[in-house]
Amino acid sequence: MAERSFKSEVQHLRIPAGETFRGEGILAITKALLENGVGYVGGYQGAPISHLMDVLSDAQDILSDLEIRFEANASEAAAAAMLAASINYPIRGAVTFKSVVGTNVASDALSNLASAGVTGGALIIVGEDYGEGSSIMQERSHAFAMKSQIWLLDPRPNLPSMVQAVRHGFELSEASNTPVMLELRIRACHVHGAFTTRANTPPPMTVADALKNPTRKTDRIVLPPALFYHEQEKIAERWPAAVQFILDNRLNEHFGPETDAETGKIGIITQGGMYNTVLRALQRLGLADIHGTSRIPLYVLNVTYPLIDSEFLQFCTGKDAVLVVEEGQPDFIEQAFAAMLYKAGQTVTLTGKDYLPRAGEYTGAAMYQGITNFLRDHAIDLLSDADRAPNTDAPDPAIAALTKTLPQRPPGFCTGCPERPIFAALKMVQEELGPHQITGDIGCHLFSTQPPFEIGGSTMGYGLGPASNAAFDAGGATRPISILGDGGFWHNGLTSSIGNAVYNRSDGLTVIVDNYYSAATGGQDLLSSRADNETKATNNSIAGAIRGVGVDWIRQIDRTYDVPKLRDTLREALTTDAPGPKVVIAASECMLNRQRRERPIRQQAIKAGQRQVVPRFGVDEDVCTGDHACMRLSGCPSLGLKHTGDPLRDDPVAHIDQTCVGCGNCGEVADAAVLCPSFYQADRVHNPGWLERRINGMRKSVITWLQQRRDRKWGRTA
Amino acid sequence: MTASFEHSGLIRLAILAVGGQGGGVLSNWIVDLAERNGYIAQSTSVPGVAQRTGATIYYVELLPDTSSPPVLALMPSPGDVDIVIAAEIMEAGRAVTRGLVTPDRTTLIASNHRMHAVSEKVVPGDGVIGNGLVLPHIQAAAHRLICCDFAAIAADTGSHISASLLGALAGSDALPFDRAAFEATITASGRGVEPSLRAFGAAYAAARAPAPSPSPHMPAPDHAAPRAPDVAHLPDPVQDMASAGLARVIDYQDTAYGQEYLDHLASAARADAAQGGDAHQFAYTSTLAKYLANAMCYDDIPRVADLKTRSRRTARVRDELGVPSDAVLQLTEYFHPRTDELLSLLPTRVGLWVESRPALVRGIARLFSKGRRLRSDRLVPFLMLYWLAGQRRRRRGMLRHHRELAHMQAWLGCASQLLPLNYDLAVETLGTRRLIKGYSDTHTRGLAKFDRVMQGIALVQNRTDAADWARRLKTAALADVDGTQLDGVIQTIQSFSGTQAAE
Repeated sequence: MAERSFKSEVQHLRIPAGETFRGEGILAITKALLENGVGYVGGYQGAPISHLMDVLSDAQDILSDLEIRFEANASEAAAAAMLAASINYPIRGAVTFKSVVGTNVASDALSNLASAGVTGGALIIVGEDYGEGSSIMQERSHAFAMKSQIWLLDPRPNLPSMVQAVRHGFELSEASNTPVMLELRIRACHVHGAFTTRANTPPPMTVADALKNPTRKTDRIVLPPALFYHEQEKIAERWPAAVQFILDNRLNEHFGPETDAETGKIGIITQGGMYNTVLRALQRLGLADIHGTSRIPLYVLNVTYPLIDSEFLQFCTGKDAVLVVEEGQPDFIEQAFAAMLYKAGQTVTLTGKDYLPRAGEYTGAAMYQGITNFLRDHAIDLLSDADRAPNTDAPDPAIAALTKTLPQRPPGFCTGCPERPIFAALKMVQEELGPHQITGDIGCHLFSTQPPFEIGGSTMGYGLGPASNAAFDAGGATRPISILGDGGFWHNGLTSSIGNAVYNRSDGLTVIVDNYYSAATGGQDLLSSRADNETKATNNSIAGAIRGVGVDWIRQIDRTYDVPKLRDTLREALTTDAPGPKVVIAASECMLNRQRRERPIRQQAIKAGQRQVVPRFGVDEDVCTGDHACMRLSGCPSLGLKHTGDPLRDDPVAHIDQTCVGCGNCGEVADAAVLCPSFYQADRVHNPGWLERRINGMRKSVITWLQQRRDRKWGRTA
Repeated sequence: MTASFEHSGLIRLAILAVGGQGGGVLSNWIVDLAERNGYIAQSTSVPGVAQRTGATIYYVELLPDTSSPPVLALMPSPGDVDIVIAAEIMEAGRAVTRGLVTPDRTTLIASNHRMHAVSEKVVPGDGVIGNGLVLPHIQAAAHRLICCDFAAIAADTGSHISASLLGALAGSDALPFDRAAFEATITASGRGVEPSLRAFGAAYAAARAPAPSPSPHMPAPDHAAPRAPDVAHLPDPVQDMASAGLARVIDYQDTAYGQEYLDHLASAARADAAQGGDAHQFAYTSTLAKYLANAMCYDDIPRVADLKTRSRRTARVRDELGVPSDAVLQLTEYFHPRTDELLSLLPTRVGLWVESRPALVRGIARLFSKGRRLRSDRLVPFLMLYWLAGQRRRRRGMLRHHRELAHMQAWLGCASQLLPLNYDLAVETLGTRRLIKGYSDTHTRGLAKFDRVMQGIALVQNRTDAADWARRLKTAALADVDGTQLDGVIQTIQSFSGTQAAE
């Protein structure tokens, strides 16, 4: 069960032609796939396109009505490999994953796909993100497009343009027998907007049809002699066909005045995805209106690879200067334009990253500043007096100081997260045995690298945590430790990390964090999920898989909140004489998903009058001494600080707020680390039976009598 | 140009929240509200790991619907935001540092409650960043500020902060929609409608209150005691603290113990006066009144058992959890007494005898020292705790008391010796007692830090700036858990005191 359900939204996918569809970018993309006769879809979750997988997953009824095959692939490599169906069959296929990490994983299949070429349209929808919230390294999908010769679409970030890009993508792919990559930035994926629908179209040939009449073409196999021909074909046939299609269908767009004495001497060339940010800068400068009418000529590249020489040179004709808006680095587009201009002997001034940031996200502020500076140098008459020589205040030193004062708030474990006690136990073991060499992996567990745990020194790729400790496999004074999530385990970890460790006789410890889901990407099911899934096979054991590849020393812990047991198991793994890799599987359900699943059921049960016990934790504020040792082993958002107002105290005490889900970590850690007796667990019993009420009443009256007696005797008021 | 940008009626709204606060719900409500009322709305956010308890921004643009579609921005730009909603006070500060709040246009709606960041929580001392550091900046930066504890409003009405913030937005009149339109949106969303409407209404009223107090929601001090007549003979500036201390000490043990406390204070006040304490507002005696009470009320097993079995505690737990007094509540206490804490309950001589026999100590450890979970709502565990609390009458004969007394006297002796030499340093020496807190390992670590600070004070005690160094030592000791900063200060002191010795 994914973190976010689109069960109600996907009903919009059935909207008939000619009506207004309102919703998020990813829903619009899904609708566009249905409108364009896609035969099969797949992918691997991960922001920014996680929700696209969730939408597809929730839309399986609609997909099967249209005889569309949906596959939640095991990895991006598996997703890209699925596009092989479009090589020999005229079936449109689309897969989606995060770029550039997913594209890296998929690159083997993508290269082979690009070499063989496609008969049916093949669309690779990738999400890209250069923002500060991005969880991955910031490289460009553009490089993959260039090296494999895959066409790259970068549409304007509004729903009609994105929907149109899906249609153009399939058509371009088929016209040039080349796979097409559709790049969407994270905000475009989640932009809420509207577009006018077309009718959903079943695929002209379904995958079932194809299975009835299997075909093969020897010249499409990436093996000599065909593969030598593929490289020629890419240049001699596919490229010109693509260029012709892009020109004929005007995939790239022009806005603003064609010829204007005043504004015609400059122009802006932008990736489609940056169009709205460019427009906002122009709007603020009084050079465009709210509906996009621009006084500056704009050349919008909805296709960023291949670039069309003739279009570009035509746009530059008669201009003194152009600005290229190209997010990310290196500046592939600007370099290509420079070469075109040089070869054509043109003298227009080409600018781009001299006005805009060389790397990172092109924010509204960066764009506004960059375009203003460009205009100041090349068309100062267009700027208002205020923009020409703005009266900007000197930066306020108090604000600069405030920036330093404000607490950083990096992402971390959620309230009640079952991974927190794993790292608390690991921290305690390290306090006993000394510091260890530890590698991290990709997933929520990587939050362990942040305070208060500060565990793990690298992350090399999904499922590569243990593999990235391989240099230390021989062992030494202490054993290397690596962390691996269940998502990473099934993605790539079983072979590249665990199999690798077995084969190389590793002496290290791998902690597999099993939270029942691909949690960081939004709680999608995977092979070892415990839930029953209507369309997928779950409940496959990680321990069984590991045993199968030859690990002998395996410990499975099915309640990670049992901190003493975890600590003891980890200690044993780090000190045992047993040879070979040691694996501890620490399993408990992701609390976010568990609460989402259990809370409504519990509320209903309480309403229906059934007995329900709801746990929560608390801190006795007069027992707590305010040393915060518990915080250093927790970091739970519900465990905060409270100033008591007691004049005899200096430091705030621990306090648990009403968001506590009663996971038990606080009590377990206080016990295992011998912290303090201020934690208590309070279980509220809803709808107790008559006997329970009676016993409780009797206990309470005895206890109250004793308490009052002592209050009197010791002279204190209640 | 068909419509100038500045006069297009565009409204730009940013929501700054911490992951898990429901910023997405709030932005969805605003989009729905706008679309129901003839506006075009575009919203964006950055989901993913950033939402896992991290700081996140949601951005919405609203425009009166016209025939041709607008081109709207996907992220907020500094100086170009009309409404900022901050779901926590530090996030309001962050909006200011990002330039999203500007005096020419921005209505800032901020909840002034605190959600402490991990960096604030892990500090052994007080790492909390106070609202006072942020409030002047958000007041100066905003065109209009609406600042209340919207988290408390949500909690009081059994709802979420997303609902109370929507109420504040409606109450601010910053959007061109009336209250009924807002409420219709909540009703249409269909989930948790009743509590959401309650939170909405309360926050709507709070936002419209004539002078919303920007002060944070602070609990009233529940220990504020009236001045006890027994402290009347002490200097006036000392009396408040002495009253609080006396109440604590009597509550801890008995009135005789309270008399001991007063005797210490009286003699300190005399020495203080002799050293010109009047000019110092009797800081020495005041500081002693505070830390002596803490020193005398050390945390031992009878104390914890007493605090856990009081009627006031039962009432407070139910109050904090919002559980009515007739509801069934099961309470589990987490104890893990260490062997030395158990031994310290023995009469001094017996305790020392046992301690000198390691095999015996190990045996006791095996038998008794382990994690215990006691259901204090049940009779047997309650009676056990009740009996332990009653052992306080034997406290004066216990090994623990013997040790605490010795430690206290050494500390008092040190401070009183320094008093004639350096008044400020003597006060700082008393304040060092703040470092001793916690139980078991934490307590041991606190004691070790206390000892090292006292040694550091001994090294500098002849310098004129000794009090500054003492303060620096204490601050460093409270800044981190493993004493790295304290090591640094001590090394600095050793470097110059070593040089001095060589001269």
